[in-house]
Amino acid sequence: MNSYAVTLVAVLLATAANAKTLKVAAGPNAQERVQTALLDAKPGDVVALGMGRFSFTDGLSLDVDNVTVTGAGEHKTILSFAKQKGAGEGLLVTSDGVTVRDLTMQDTKGDGIKSKAADRISFVSLTVEWTGGPKETNGAYGVYPVASSNVLIDHVTVRGASDAGIYVGQSKNIIVRNSRAEFNVAGIEIENSSNADVFGNIATHNAGGILVFDLPGLPVMGGHSTRIFRNMVVDNDTPNFAPKGNIVAGVPTGSGVMLMANRNVHVFENTISGNQTAGVMIIAYSRDFDDKTYNPLPRDFVVRDNRFGRNGWAPALPGGKDLAAAMGGSMPPIMWDGVDTYPGGHETLRMWFKDGPVANLRMTKGGAVETANPVVTPSVGAPGLAEPSPVVLPVEQDKLAS
Amino acid sequence: MRRLVALVAAVLILGVAPAPVALDLLLAETPAPTLSDYHLFTDASGRVPNAGLTPYGLNTPLFSDYSEKSRLLYLPPGARATYREIGVLDFPVGTTLVKTFAYPADLRRPSLGLRSIETRLLIHKSQGWVALTYVWNTGQTQAVLKRAGARLPVSFVDLKGARQNLDYAVPNQNQCKECHSLSGSLSPIGPKARNLNGEFTYTSGRENQLTHWSRLGNLVGAPDPKVAPRTAAWTDERAPLEDRARAYLDGNCGHCHNAAGMASNSGLFLNLEEADPAARGIGRRPVAAGRGSGNLDFDISPGHPEASILVYRMKSREPGVMMPELSRSMVHTEGVALIEAYLKSLPAR
Repeated sequence: MNSYAVTLVAVLLATAANAKTLKVAAGPNAQERVQTALLDAKPGDVVALGMGRFSFTDGLSLDVDNVTVTGAGEHKTILSFAKQKGAGEGLLVTSDGVTVRDLTMQDTKGDGIKSKAADRISFVSLTVEWTGGPKETNGAYGVYPVASSNVLIDHVTVRGASDAGIYVGQSKNIIVRNSRAEFNVAGIEIENSSNADVFGNIATHNAGGILVFDLPGLPVMGGHSTRIFRNMVVDNDTPNFAPKGNIVAGVPTGSGVMLMANRNVHVFENTISGNQTAGVMIIAYSRDFDDKTYNPLPRDFVVRDNRFGRNGWAPALPGGKDLAAAMGGSMPPIMWDGVDTYPGGHETLRMWFKDGPVANLRMTKGGAVETANPVVTPSVGAPGLAEPSPVVLPVEQDKLAS
Repeated sequence: MRRLVALVAAVLILGVAPAPVALDLLLAETPAPTLSDYHLFTDASGRVPNAGLTPYGLNTPLFSDYSEKSRLLYLPPGARATYREIGVLDFPVGTTLVKTFAYPADLRRPSLGLRSIETRLLIHKSQGWVALTYVWNTGQTQAVLKRAGARLPVSFVDLKGARQNLDYAVPNQNQCKECHSLSGSLSPIGPKARNLNGEFTYTSGRENQLTHWSRLGNLVGAPDPKVAPRTAAWTDERAPLEDRARAYLDGNCGHCHNAAGMASNSGLFLNLEEADPAARGIGRRPVAAGRGSGNLDFDISPGHPEASILVYRMKSREPGVMMPELSRSMVHTEGVALIEAYLKSLPAR
């Protein structure tokens, strides 16, 4: 064993020896007891919340590196925020190397669990839900890592979010797997982010199943390199209940996979069925923007080898009924707006849409459905676009999976 | 014998000199359990500052549910702050900013019957700033450290004579950082040259704060206040509407809504230094507002305060909707009126 390895082992042992578990039982005054534990924790510690129901009047927050917050299991440890009086989320994490796992969080007034500017942030075996069903007054996001890096979301269930159940924004190196998003406006959304693998998830009964967006005017833009594979994107049939003004309020009910702007997005080997607007919808960002560094076009996209069931029979789009009728009753599995021009320029787009038929609406301008001049082809483009490399998380983080 | 008598007489006349501020405790790793341990005040109820503390005010402060806030600057003996034109003044290690939140029984008589709720400390330690808060007992005889936050019932009569009851929120230690965060490090917000550049009524009379601090030796390098930057006082009706409104947004939103703040990911920047109208919210669509959008399309719809998310969230008292997220549970009617007037004045598109 070389000296580096010896040192490493010594450090690991030291960490393990000093690490302690701060146990907090359910019961009165949970706010102060849990928050105090979150403040007292030292790097390496575990904050263990006991079985039962914890009721909070304010948001919780954690700002210590390398702390695990764990419950006794989903539906066994329940954090209720129904009586919340302040703060924008249930739990805010602003430190690195944090894992939140094995608990249920309910009825936050704003977002469920948010991480801001956190590296190695993991959400494992969690349920985040709004218990009154889909409602406009529910919080926006269930799990919400933003401006974070090395993000793991594994075995997480989110239901009822009035924006996206699982939302990753302005982040990089991301894995979302084995999770379930249902009865949200958007099931899973990757926005203004790069290097994301989204696989083995179920997105069902949302308005939109899985979304990959890139939006202008944000500190992090130019989302790219996302793989959406081996997911079940089925029966997304909850009418869109997002408050107007939010970008997801424009997601047509029954959108399976919706991709907007972005670069190098690969959608493959998913099961996509029961989505009334479209199986896979690919569009340009269509609203005005004055950010010269922003490209609103989808570029270098691949859609291949997915299993499509019935989709697109009643597109919830302006003129959707006529569109479907013109296509012989329902939309083909892939719908692309075909926009290749924007105020900043024109691009020759490289796409490989293998799963046909593909409806290319050939719109001349983003969002301008009236300019549609649809053509249906068995496929679009040709193979040859390189797939993004698999996302690799730090080993310790990847091992957290249950 | 005569000397002893003289000594006793001197002590009787002067009283026993109060213990100086306990700088060692301020800089200790473990915070003191009670505020009085630091000797920042000479009385038990924290109304009389010790020697070495200088009271100050801000041209445009954060609205905190109509509480009266009194601020003190402590500098270690011989230490001084260095002037900076932009951002917070350069304060030496040991600097402590002391802020007490209190309510009078009746806002129309703000100096009467003041009840202190909490006293917050921002201490500049060698490794950075640390935030602590001490909550006062009902007898107003002791303030104890409260790290995990608290909710306290507060009642007062407002400016219109109506009784107001609220659940005052003492922030937890992390929440201090949510507002006081610049690129992830804790930092003071208020004592910037531009926000201190105004007059304050000292026991010795009115004087510009930058001048006063320079004269006391608290501050070096400050130019004549006339050439130093100055944040408008949001209440100053002689100042241009835009200056007042932007000062208000800077003081109430800009600490999170700036490129290095907690809300950096929103892309909405309301600090005074922001030059881009779109980043300041004008014609800007929300990103992660959720139900905070109130079914409106733009953060600021110029000419239309009623169609602006900014105003909607300022008027809300609902967590998840209201802004700021921390520090308020009431609507700041006067602040809302100012911002509404400002948005109305912007040319509609």
